[in-house]
Amino acid sequence: MGANSSIDVGYIAGLARIELDPADKERLQHDMEAIIGYIEQLSELNVDGIEPTAHAVPMTNVWREDRAGMPLGREAMLANAPATIDGELLKVPQVLPGEGMA
Amino acid sequence: MSIDTKKMTVAQAADALAAGTCTAAELCQSYLNRVKSVDGQVKAFLKIDEADIMARAGESDKRRAAGRPLSPYDGIPIGIKDCIVTQGQTCSCASKILEPVVSPYDSTVVARLKAKGFIPTGRLNMDEFAMGSSCENSAFQKTANPWDLNCVPGGSSGGSAASVAASEVPVSLGSDTGGSIRQPAAFCGIVGLKPTYGRVSRYGLVAFASSLDQIGPMAHDVLDAAIILDTIGGHDPKDSTSLPSPCQGFADAVRASGNETLKGLKIGLPKEYFNGEGLTPSVKQAIDQAVETVKKLGAETVEVSLPHAKYAIATYYIIATAEASANLARFDGIRYGARAESPDLIQTYFKSRGKGFGDEVKRRILLGTYVLSSGYYDAYYLRAQKVRTLIRQDFENAGTRCDVILTPVTPTTAFKFGEKSDPLQMYLADIFTIALNLSGNCGISVPAGICPESGLPVGVQFIAPAMQEEKLLKVARIFELNRPVREFFPDL
Repeated sequence: MGANSSIDVGYIAGLARIELDPADKERLQHDMEAIIGYIEQLSELNVDGIEPTAHAVPMTNVWREDRAGMPLGREAMLANAPATIDGELLKVPQVLPGEGMA
Repeated sequence: MSIDTKKMTVAQAADALAAGTCTAAELCQSYLNRVKSVDGQVKAFLKIDEADIMARAGESDKRRAAGRPLSPYDGIPIGIKDCIVTQGQTCSCASKILEPVVSPYDSTVVARLKAKGFIPTGRLNMDEFAMGSSCENSAFQKTANPWDLNCVPGGSSGGSAASVAASEVPVSLGSDTGGSIRQPAAFCGIVGLKPTYGRVSRYGLVAFASSLDQIGPMAHDVLDAAIILDTIGGHDPKDSTSLPSPCQGFADAVRASGNETLKGLKIGLPKEYFNGEGLTPSVKQAIDQAVETVKKLGAETVEVSLPHAKYAIATYYIIATAEASANLARFDGIRYGARAESPDLIQTYFKSRGKGFGDEVKRRILLGTYVLSSGYYDAYYLRAQKVRTLIRQDFENAGTRCDVILTPVTPTTAFKFGEKSDPLQMYLADIFTIALNLSGNCGISVPAGICPESGLPVGVQFIAPAMQEEKLLKVARIFELNRPVREFFPDL
């Protein structure tokens, strides 16, 4: 942390799969630098030997009975899809390069 | 017959229904009329399906006429924050990316409310994906504070708070990740409860930060909050983080505490919260009065210390954004929600997310992505998790010296629209609420006083150890019945 940390908002936005226009990028760059400057205050603390907390109430190996149930069904699940093929399949843009499908 | 539902609580509505003073249809119609007359100004509701509400009210009246109401609360409306799904209704999280989505199922909390006859009423505005403290980050509308329409209602559960304060619904559900129930409750002069993490199922709550999110009631008084906790709480096999312990009997405990005092109770006052910067004089005055009230009721006050309190915001904005960046990765315009068409898949992700998310959501996804990115994980995320341990230990240590902790909810009363345009300044407004989400304690915001200059309400926060809602609610109830200002209703 400290002086070494710098942020490249364009690179991070690429990792997060978010398109930013140039004005957005500049504003967010400025905001992020201020926020990261603030969170750097944690580097003041000595945390050697402290166990990390991932959850307020840690519970592990939570099992339920393995029982057959009735899922929502294809029609209900596809009702919110932006595009379908005949209401039976999710339609997505081409995934692999090459000739497009009909 | 018509009934005046202004200022009516859930308990009063249940009495009116039981006594036959009104029917569920009359009750719901009165609330709908109120929505029609004031929501043009308050703008708490994103959507409200009048036909569905009246159909459910009619069914409720039939059950009651047949002597088979589902519970004493059968026929009472309850507002739902737009990040908690109700079958057949939209669930946008006040975001463009989810604007087209209609939920195919009920969240556990809504299913449990329906099972007792409560009528889910409308979709309440919020900061987009619950990210914000003023409701100004909604992609659709700005909700106003019913006490002063030029002020924000707080956030992120701003619509939930404003709708109850304005008597558009008797009670509502909110969600609290860093104060999103308690802060708007304080700004709007109502009661807001953040239960212990794991008390209330998160199944059907759109996830923001999964290790911090908790659903809770927003109500006119502590009794109503307890009634709703009894209804929605308890183990749910559909949420692996839901606690196996029973979650019942809180309303009975609150009712029984009516004539009690606080004799024998130790109330901790964290010195860091009272000497902190930014606590405005009017808030400090109301909190000092609240301290006097609990002393008069026989409680002993002790100074406690939360030495890592000042690191809570920094810790929160690492952990919450890291979790959010993972949780919100699912919104990509492929399976549901708004898709920005593009001939190739990768560009579809980029464009759908670029157009679909607002500024604050982008900021938090980017921050979360950054703190989890290669080379920074140990410095930020792992370190924040360790500081989270220190914060939790602070509360454990304080808990050995007192039964409950009393603090302000917010450093200021409700602020004006646009007043906090800098994101970091907005984050700092959550200084007194955020630590509890990290530690897992339960907490409640209760109206304590009215700021003499602005006429805006001030809230006091009581904090109890995990699983001690009964004690928390009883203390809050006894305080509520004995505070200097008895009633908190805006003139609207």
